[in-house]
Amino acid sequence: MAEILVFSEKDEIAFELLSKGRELKEGLGLGLAAALLGQEVEGRSGQYFSYGAEKVYLGESTLLADFYVEIYAQALQRMAEEGGAQILLLGSTKRGKELASRVAQKLGAGCITEAIDLRLEGGGLVADRYALGGNTVASQVIKTERKVIAVMPKTFEALPLEAGKGQTVRLELELPEPRVRVVERRAKEGEAVDIEEAETLVCIGRGLGAEEDLGMIWELAAALGAEVGCTKSPASDYGWLSEERIVGLSGKKCNPRLYLGIGISGQIQHTVGILGSKIIVAINKDPQAPIFKIADYGIVGDLYEVVPRLAERLTTP
Amino acid sequence: MQIVVCLKQIPDLQQIRIKRDSREPVLEGVPLLFGDMDKNALEEAVRIVEKEGGKVTALALGSPKLRDTIKEALAMGADEAVILTDPAFQGSDTVTTAKILAKAIEKIGPYDLILCGEGSTDNYSGQVPSRLAEILGLPQVTYVRQLEFTEGGLRATRDMEEALEIVEVPLPVLVSVTSEINEPRLASMIQILRAAKKPLQEWSAEDLGLSAAEVGKEASSLEIISNLAPEQERKNVTLEGEVDEVVEQLIDALTREGVIAR
Ligand SMILES: Cc1cc2nc3c(=O)[nH]c(=O)nc-3n(C[C@H](O)[C@H](O)[C@H](O)COP(=O)(O)OP(=O)(O)OC[C@H]3O[C@@H](n4cnc5c(N)ncnc54)[C@H](O)[C@@H]3O)c2cc1C
Ligand SMILES: Nc1ncnc2c1ncn2[C@@H]1O[C@H](COP(=O)(O)O)[C@@H](O)[C@H]1O
Repeated sequence: MAEILVFSEKDEIAFELLSKGRELKEGLGLGLAAALLGQEVEGRSGQYFSYGAEKVYLGESTLLADFYVEIYAQALQRMAEEGGAQILLLGSTKRGKELASRVAQKLGAGCITEAIDLRLEGGGLVADRYALGGNTVASQVIKTERKVIAVMPKTFEALPLEAGKGQTVRLELELPEPRVRVVERRAKEGEAVDIEEAETLVCIGRGLGAEEDLGMIWELAAALGAEVGCTKSPASDYGWLSEERIVGLSGKKCNPRLYLGIGISGQIQHTVGILGSKIIVAINKDPQAPIFKIADYGIVGDLYEVVPRLAERLTTP
Repeated sequence: MQIVVCLKQIPDLQQIRIKRDSREPVLEGVPLLFGDMDKNALEEAVRIVEKEGGKVTALALGSPKLRDTIKEALAMGADEAVILTDPAFQGSDTVTTAKILAKAIEKIGPYDLILCGEGSTDNYSGQVPSRLAEILGLPQVTYVRQLEFTEGGLRATRDMEEALEIVEVPLPVLVSVTSEINEPRLASMIQILRAAKKPLQEWSAEDLGLSAAEVGKEASSLEIISNLAPEQERKNVTLEGEVDEVVEQLIDALTREGVIAR
């Protein structure tokens, strides 16, 4: 039977996709399989069965120890061809995006990356993703017989089954030596923060002049019981905050009850991450800043005057 | 060093208006420009050639407005440019875009390095670089925030979610860059004037040996069912007055909304 084939280099994302795959396969009359790629992967197959995989392809090779997209794409292509996969579901991580595109090209398949929803409509598979930089949401259908879709992490919930079992299929893979070589890996200072879960979110942008000024932002956040998020620059360019805190198109999508944007212009790539907020407050000294157009309450003023005063009033009633 | 830089002409995203009733985007009259990260890719290419010698060719597929848009790439330091503007190309998706760009790159001639943005600023699919590398049979190094040349190849720092990954790869190779790699230069008046004299070629499907059926909307793998702005109902209340007053007003409003505990 033709199948849906799930792969992510992150197990938890694969489990989300398998959970969604269980729903889709009914409507499409397909089987549900997963791919495991790496050096010793068989031990993980049980968990994959418990999320609904009926079949797990095992691709074991020392050449798969590091993630080289060319080699991974080749292995995944082989698995897709073995089981006649019609739909490949991947995680839309950085690696997942490049893998999806490269394997799609190998398979002659159309591909959608950064999908934020997936559903059956009139018997066909429809994927949503942001378009025009976040100005719009495009609903798209892939016309090729084989379809590759990379889905944003946490789009679907991972739902384990009471009991799950299936079949493992070990494939002999003929893989070339990678042309790219990793010579060093420097872990980023990770931070265990989940701003997507925050009920109240204070976000700062380039309007904040210096790293020291973060102090008053943390004070305001403490007064509100809020998490602190940011636009791209304070994390990626200045390194003041970890990249886990970026909100927007390439960062986190947040649905807080209260969002406070401070010194943020409101460019679409940021605001796309806050559309789910119940109340949006903006503090910006430029009355023309686009963020005011999507704000419930706007204060035109200098953040250096407004923020300390607001924090003070919230702590001393 | 022979470098081809792929740049996509996109609408200025800040100037897109949304129709109130239908939530459709209005693209008429919106100026066209090159995407941010594509300019980073071009800047990187120009810096490499300034140091190592060689030539930078800017390559763009899009509407005939490219005849104007491409001048910025030439002014920023590309030595020559190729634009692909055939009406038959209209409605291209990532599959056909990669196909057309690959043909053009082969026609441009021998190359050491192909540079792209990690994603186009409007679509951000990241598909074109990987597809191009696959068609051209090249290794790819994506999400690069630092690039340097070594004996016989290059060393790149990739910006992944959890780590910086430093890789080495021989030439030729396809590299896609992030916005952190550099600060693109603003062209000076003299450079803008000089750009007009730089070689610019315009190729059609026929020039690339492609039939109209192989490119454009018909050959595209995607069908867009709808493309609308998400629904947003906001109050748009501006609080005015002295700092103390607006802070009071804000606290009152947020208390009323039930989003802060008092
Ligand atoms: C493909 C792509 C993906 C991207 N993804 C993201 C993303 O996920 N998240 C993201 O945030 N960005 C993202 N960006 C970047 C985005 O385009 C914008 O550059 C960024 O959001 C702008 O950040 P900002 O509002 O902090 O800075 P600016 O646009 O520079 O705005 C600063 C604001 O601060 C105000 N200000 C200055 N001083 C004061 C003061 N004293 N008091 C009050 N206000 C003051 C100014 O009036 C201005 O409006 C992405 C870009 C691209 C191309
Ligand atoms: N029409 C195009 N013309 C030239 N280069 C393009 C085009 N579309 C995409 N690219 C290149 O591919 C990169 C990624 O685009 P995308 O796959 O749309 O996210 C861009 O940053 C460009 O470098």
